[in-house]
Amino acid sequence: MILTRVALGIGLLFVVSLVIFWATELLPGDLATQLLGQSATPETVAALRAQLGLNDPAPLRYWNWLTGALTGDFGMSMGNGRPISDLIAARLGNTVFLALYAAALSVPISLILGILAALWRNSFFDRAANAGALTAISFPEFFVAYILVLWLAQTGLFPSMVRINPTTGLAERLYMTFLPALTLTLVVTAHMMRMTRAAIINLMASPYIEMARLKGMSPLRVVLRHALPNALAPIINVIALNLAYLITGVVVVEVVFVYPGLGQLMVDAVSNRDIAVVQAVALIFAAAYVALNLIADVLSTITNPRLMHRR
Amino acid sequence: MGFATSVALGLAGLFAIAWLMRAGARAMFAGSARAIAHDMPLTAAFGILVIGVYAAVAIAAPALAPFPEREIVGGQFQAWSAAHPLGTDRIGRDMLSRLIYGARNTVGIAFATTALAFVVGAVLGLWAALVGGWLDQGLSRFVDALMAIPALIFSLLLLTIFGTSVITLILVIAAVDATRVFRLARAVAQGIVVMDYIEAAKLRGEGSWFLIRREILPNAMAPLVAEFGLRFCFVFLSISSLSFLGLGIQPPTADWGSMVKDNATLITFGDVTPLLPAGCIALLTVAVNFVVDWQLHRASGLKEQ
Repeated sequence: MILTRVALGIGLLFVVSLVIFWATELLPGDLATQLLGQSATPETVAALRAQLGLNDPAPLRYWNWLTGALTGDFGMSMGNGRPISDLIAARLGNTVFLALYAAALSVPISLILGILAALWRNSFFDRAANAGALTAISFPEFFVAYILVLWLAQTGLFPSMVRINPTTGLAERLYMTFLPALTLTLVVTAHMMRMTRAAIINLMASPYIEMARLKGMSPLRVVLRHALPNALAPIINVIALNLAYLITGVVVVEVVFVYPGLGQLMVDAVSNRDIAVVQAVALIFAAAYVALNLIADVLSTITNPRLMHRR
Repeated sequence: MGFATSVALGLAGLFAIAWLMRAGARAMFAGSARAIAHDMPLTAAFGILVIGVYAAVAIAAPALAPFPEREIVGGQFQAWSAAHPLGTDRIGRDMLSRLIYGARNTVGIAFATTALAFVVGAVLGLWAALVGGWLDQGLSRFVDALMAIPALIFSLLLLTIFGTSVITLILVIAAVDATRVFRLARAVAQGIVVMDYIEAAKLRGEGSWFLIRREILPNAMAPLVAEFGLRFCFVFLSISSLSFLGLGIQPPTADWGSMVKDNATLITFGDVTPLLPAGCIALLTVAVNFVVDWQLHRASGLKEQ
């Protein structure tokens, strides 16, 4: 069961890499001419073609690119001629740190809020939490980020710009990245909370929950002992989906707070039309996205014996 | 916090007007229109009012704006004054005028993109469900592959390749969102194509286009309309995000996303002006969400408690 899913995930990853590579082939005309502009001499175009390896047939170029990417060699940046792996290596850790920080804040908060909203269904708390969640989902990330800057950075509590380098200590780092992490938390918590609430309310209609209630159990115990274990599979899915959502949220938030991460790198590369860098970062983001979905599926299979032993 | 209070008062005022409008509609209309007004929750009335105001501002932008969209009319970053109610921006253009023109540009482009994504996605989705077989398999697997890449990342990749202009922006976002519309349209239509009346129409010898237009589409309308509202929110937010990143609608066209980015330095000095365009984006998205919520509720046949 699990092996099939993993194989499927790897196949999907392969297709994704194919799409990312193939996107450049869509370009009308020639990549080298596009990069150099109309006024370029034929000699410089030919030189760039040779440098980029554009004279090889597409399947060969794809193979070289893919095998390079698998060994951590993404080629050279077209903008500044540095190896892309160097550019990425410095930033990948920062982005992962920010995403994990946001996840560590948002997962417990949204689970607790979701369970409480399910427990006190249709109460004032539930309605307020739902309305708040619907509003938060409708806000652009940069709006949330700037409100936090106005509110928390203005009063001097937290820095509005993240200045970190590899030597920054953990405590300092946590303090510096608090605002970006809080922004991401606010953006994903709404979704996770709503879906946790829905998953638990769905289960509360089952006969065994009614049985537990009729035995005279307290509502909290019914939720924690009977509903929650069975709601694990959907909740794991929700968490993984939202962590995957963090991947795209990170791009905007990193730009707002001038955070030295992959998203910032990608945005800069897009405005410079540095296709090699954009492809490399897109591949990393897409791989993380596919991997998170894969992990979610595997985990929810493991937590549910019925899925484990399906014929 | 004088500003926060005035925003709260403004929102409360909008709710009050929405309540009055709903009360007026209940009193004036008869029959089915009255029944609709009677069931409408206050949030939905608020949403419709806000959408109406935005549409009016977008249409009447040149008449409402005190200054032209692109003209430099004063110094940089002037404070709020009688001449410039919301001050001026980074190079001295009137903020209020640009905010008003932004309603036309940002919302107009988002609407055009959604419409394009919808036509392409819905027609292909309904067609795939109707024809089935290899066409359905081919299109569905193709869409699956595209959807495995996060939407924003895929849009960024496409924008790098095709360059940033309004036309490419519309085409790229429409292409990315059409995959999501395709999924829904196909799922909805699959429940319809197995009906007897489709079989009957096929036996009458009707062509695919007639079947899609006259038999499937009317029956798939309710979920598709709700999806249109939701899709508009997503498109609107992603266009704003891209413009904010400097990769969407380009200056000097007035656009809410890039206006936030251009004037963001003011925020670090405690000035709320750059947040106004972001607030405009948020208010419209909330309003559309409220209306969609109500429509979904109506379509599912549930009654308000």
